[in-house]
Amino acid sequence: MPHRIEIKLKNEFVDAIGLRAKSEIKSYLNLQADSVRVIDVYTLDAEPEAELLQLFADELCDPVIQKNSVDKPMADDFDWIVEVGFKPGVTDNVGRTATESAAMVMGSDVLGDSAVYTSRQYLIKGNLSFEEIESVATDLLCNTLINRFVVIKRDDFDFENGMPVTVPKVTVTAEPVANEISLELSDEELVNLSKEMTLALSLDEMQVIRDYYRRPEVKEERAAKGLSENPTDIEIEVFAQTWSEHCKHKIFSSNIEYHDGDTTENISSLYKTYIQGATKAVRENMGDSDYCLSVFKDNAGVWKFTDDWNLVFKVETHNSPSALDPYGGALTGIVGVNRDPHGTGKGSRLFCNTNVFCLADPYYKGELPPRLLHPRRVMEGVREGVEHGGNKSGIPTVNGSLSFDERFLGKPLVFAGTGGIMPALINGEPSQNKQAFPGDRIIMVGGRIGKDGIHGATFSSEELHEGSPATAVQIGDPITQKRMTDFLLRARDEGLMTCLTDNGAGGLSSSVGEMAEDTGGAIVELAHAPLKYQGLQPWEIFISEAQERMTAAVSPEKLDRFISLANEMGVEATDLGEYTEGPNLELRYNDKIVGMFNMEFLHKGLPQMNLTAVWEAKDESNPNVESSALNGLNLNDRLEKILGRLDICSKEYWVRQYDHEVQGGSVVKPLTGENNDGPSDASIVRPVLDLMKGVVVGHGLCPRYSDIDTYHMSECALDEAVRNLVCVGADPDKMAALDNFCWCDPVESPSNPDGQYKLAQLVRSTKALKDRCIDYKIPLVSGKDSMKNDYSIGDTKISIPPTLLVTAVGEIEDSNLAVTMDAKKAGDIVYLLGKTYNHMGKTHYFDMMGLEGGAVPKLDNPKKTIESYRWLHKAMKSALVASCHDLSDGGLGVAAAETAFSGGLGMKLNLSEVNCEDMDRDDFILFSESPGRFLITVSPSKKTPFEIIMGDIVKEIGVVTEEKTVEVTGLGGESVISCDTAALKHAWQKTLSFKEES
Amino acid sequence: MSDTVRVLVLAGNGINCENETAHACKLAGADQVDIVYIWDLAAGKATLDGYHIVLFPGGFLDGDDLGSAKASTIRLRHTEVDNKSLVSQIRDHVDGGGLVMGICNGFQLMIKLGLLPSLDGIHDPQATLTWNDSGRFEDRWVTLKVDPDSPSIFTKGIDTLELPVRHGEGKIVAPVETMETINERHLAPMAYINPETGEPTTEYPYNPNGTYLGMAALTDPSGRLFGMMPHPEAFVHRTNHPQWTRKELPEEGAGLILFKNAINYIKDNF
Repeated sequence: MPHRIEIKLKNEFVDAIGLRAKSEIKSYLNLQADSVRVIDVYTLDAEPEAELLQLFADELCDPVIQKNSVDKPMADDFDWIVEVGFKPGVTDNVGRTATESAAMVMGSDVLGDSAVYTSRQYLIKGNLSFEEIESVATDLLCNTLINRFVVIKRDDFDFENGMPVTVPKVTVTAEPVANEISLELSDEELVNLSKEMTLALSLDEMQVIRDYYRRPEVKEERAAKGLSENPTDIEIEVFAQTWSEHCKHKIFSSNIEYHDGDTTENISSLYKTYIQGATKAVRENMGDSDYCLSVFKDNAGVWKFTDDWNLVFKVETHNSPSALDPYGGALTGIVGVNRDPHGTGKGSRLFCNTNVFCLADPYYKGELPPRLLHPRRVMEGVREGVEHGGNKSGIPTVNGSLSFDERFLGKPLVFAGTGGIMPALINGEPSQNKQAFPGDRIIMVGGRIGKDGIHGATFSSEELHEGSPATAVQIGDPITQKRMTDFLLRARDEGLMTCLTDNGAGGLSSSVGEMAEDTGGAIVELAHAPLKYQGLQPWEIFISEAQERMTAAVSPEKLDRFISLANEMGVEATDLGEYTEGPNLELRYNDKIVGMFNMEFLHKGLPQMNLTAVWEAKDESNPNVESSALNGLNLNDRLEKILGRLDICSKEYWVRQYDHEVQGGSVVKPLTGENNDGPSDASIVRPVLDLMKGVVVGHGLCPRYSDIDTYHMSECALDEAVRNLVCVGADPDKMAALDNFCWCDPVESPSNPDGQYKLAQLVRSTKALKDRCIDYKIPLVSGKDSMKNDYSIGDTKISIPPTLLVTAVGEIEDSNLAVTMDAKKAGDIVYLLGKTYNHMGKTHYFDMMGLEGGAVPKLDNPKKTIESYRWLHKAMKSALVASCHDLSDGGLGVAAAETAFSGGLGMKLNLSEVNCEDMDRDDFILFSESPGRFLITVSPSKKTPFEIIMGDIVKEIGVVTEEKTVEVTGLGGESVISCDTAALKHAWQKTLSFKEES
Repeated sequence: MSDTVRVLVLAGNGINCENETAHACKLAGADQVDIVYIWDLAAGKATLDGYHIVLFPGGFLDGDDLGSAKASTIRLRHTEVDNKSLVSQIRDHVDGGGLVMGICNGFQLMIKLGLLPSLDGIHDPQATLTWNDSGRFEDRWVTLKVDPDSPSIFTKGIDTLELPVRHGEGKIVAPVETMETINERHLAPMAYINPETGEPTTEYPYNPNGTYLGMAALTDPSGRLFGMMPHPEAFVHRTNHPQWTRKELPEEGAGLILFKNAINYIKDNF
């Protein structure tokens, strides 16, 4: 019989976790609990002697503040109990650790293969109805997709025996077999088969696969290996993974006929033409000074940092899983992207994380369509996922942002990025190179395989619908991964691996598949794979996306050392077979062949899609501002209001809960200024503590502009990313950029009538990226696209606004010369770099005023713009700049207010000094979002040398003042803004501070 | 007089500040700094023998899954090499006059192993570290004041200093009488203060976790065992300070003094 160990905080001590739950019950559900206390429950599925069991209970318990009991309930003072645990098969990290502890305390022989499962009891007091308590359980304490829960009223509680003992153990009895599946079906049947099996394959693709099996040579070869003519389920599943939009980027590689007015253009592969094409052109222009080392071929981009060190960077999206389980989705997103740079080249050490969320309004009051979680839960879930993923891995989260739009209710966007660093040479070889050889063993390292994460790749290749599989949801395990990365870096330095890659989307099928391309083929013995529980089918083992796993290629003579070092360091490493010369990838289960592919066909057999894109330009004429309902507000009120907007307001609540300083290299933090709460434009970290050279990380994102023209949305995103880096002192001539496209489905179909326009938006976006990368001489080193960010259930269809995240990574030679955005001293001169245009379309100002129309912000002269950044950098290298802040969301008004209150000072500005074109309104000058602009403050003592360098690209527009107010003189010479910085700062801080919770 | 000071910095199983902690020790003048994996101690491939200072850096030992550092206290107590548990190895090191310093998660490990406060040399846990009053992890800079009457050799000569805290479980908790004894015997060498008043405080955010009297660190009566929640290794250069672009700061970060004190103590006593 299993046993329940309960651990309870002694009553005299404050229960912080209970208090947090109590305040969240109030702030999320507006329900009032009088008190909440928690009991942690460990269910042990074994029968040790009573003394041993008690010993284990005592070890689990912190004797100073906790009490424990075995098989006796500790719950005493409560009106309701909600006990929350996991469903069978869901990752239970605490349970895993408790199982390890149990083996140490009671002896692994006593424990056997039995395990410890955790759950938590919330003892709630208060006058709450059953319905209200059920809402506390399902809308706050658990996600019914992964959690089980029990609600018990005091009167119904058995104070003698407590809760019924539940062991959420996975028991699958099915025999592992590979089933044949005939593809000799009608077109309609093929389409249905694709849907039923969540293959996300189109009819054409199903037909191509069917025809492959009709080939005589294939039939012959299969017969020779004792395989039937029909494909096996594992083969079909592997095609689906390898050919999924998620893995193959079919839309980015398609043939596109692009119509813009009367002109028609044929584009073969947006990816090759505009993404790779941009980098190719930039690298050719750089000639000998080209610093790219490995781009678009490995898990992440690699470029040169110093003669001795290489940088590695990757940004991923994890949208679909985050929609179903925000915490697990974001957590696996961050630990998942960690494995990309870690598994690039010979392997890198991870030194920073980034995260960007696109969400719906957390204060959303409307109806929630089926299967969607409230934006507030999504927000807190993804935040906590990144917190645990980054903090527990010891990687500082240094840069990020949040962007809000009601359409992100349909699918939240979760971008997670990671930077790594590796020695330029490892054991005498360039660290960016890796190569598996025939005869090398296939070694899986890290976590075990379960049903979790099955069909992740295919499910994220389609819209969110009723049938979206719950198994695609996972919870990451940072500690298992930390042990693994510690071990793999040691193995790397001992030269124990020839090749290393991540098990991400598609699991073993893609990691082994990719590495087998080096040698030509592989033979995999699936029965050897370590499982979380028995009963997995061969196809499930091969495509499961269970987390914290890497695949290595290890030469036979190094195998013993590799495995024993792994085991010493608490890491599981298993031999799953051999890389061969090919030409086939052969899958076995207990020596029986269950699947076989021709590598050539698997990787090159997918036909290119043919798509049509039709562009329709929008009207960009300005509306009548006086028609706005808010026309009554004066500019003081408008400035305060715009500072409080979700996109613009302070994100300190997030930043504080991320460790942004671990590893000791922090130079410019996400928060800065007199009270450590001003918004830094970018972060600087020193990944090598012996060097003062720093890595600068920032990003640009402006999905709002997509509603007018994605071409300018994209150039603004790139420019904003570059500007943010330049603000803190990065060299514009040594930058790399990463592109992450999150689009709504751009393939026209009956259910997606405007697909051709959405595809045109994608075409224009990639064109702009190429044009500006070439102008700015910045290579794209890595990227990712996610194409099906739509929600469609019943008659509700929500498509996200086309979104491009540009992450930029730069360098600062001497971190001592870094610049922050906060005003430093009263009397400093305020300059504006760049020209202000009548760019009001989709600005925060128009959005706030409820105004449609207006010209989208765009770059007037990109080559001149990047040149001005070079001059600014020159001034910074001569230590002439006191502060520098980029003008983006909310324009000059927001930048001036932030600069002033972050420095604990004030500012006087004169709008008639601003260098503008075609502008005759104070509000437009204040809130235009023209790119290419900076607000700079300079000490009077450095005025002359600064102006000598900058010439006419800057204009003096005001002064920093001791008096803590923002004073703005309008075009007519009268005062248009006179506002205490305290009031402005309060407006900026209150929106997302969630003060009531702490 | 010892001519070479040897420092062991523990790593592995969720520890994640080993590199910057080792870096700080080198900057502070240690002659030999070895990053040693907890796994190598468990496998008997490394021991504490020959090291003057043992450092438990920050991190998330075993993911803090059973409460901060809890699972690793079980690990250290139940892992034996030559019939000797890793905990007894640590005690031998202490009995031999060596120093032990725990930072953040390392402090949580020491207090749960009963190494701190070690009133009257008792080695059963007498105090613990638990959740901040907010129930949340936080990264923010705090101002600390040192108790000049504390026996700690680590905090000698320091008045106040600024350091970052980065923890969710930093509240020192013990029975009232134990907290009083710690206070009376000056075994809490550092306190969170309100920079305005200069006085120890329980007021958030100056005190990020709500610990009684603002206690931020503990020492044993000998002064040779020391644990603190703030991160001195995170302020070894002026550019680590959140306001370095606004202030005239010396190039060397204030956090380095604690490591120098430890190393100088070894130089003078071995």
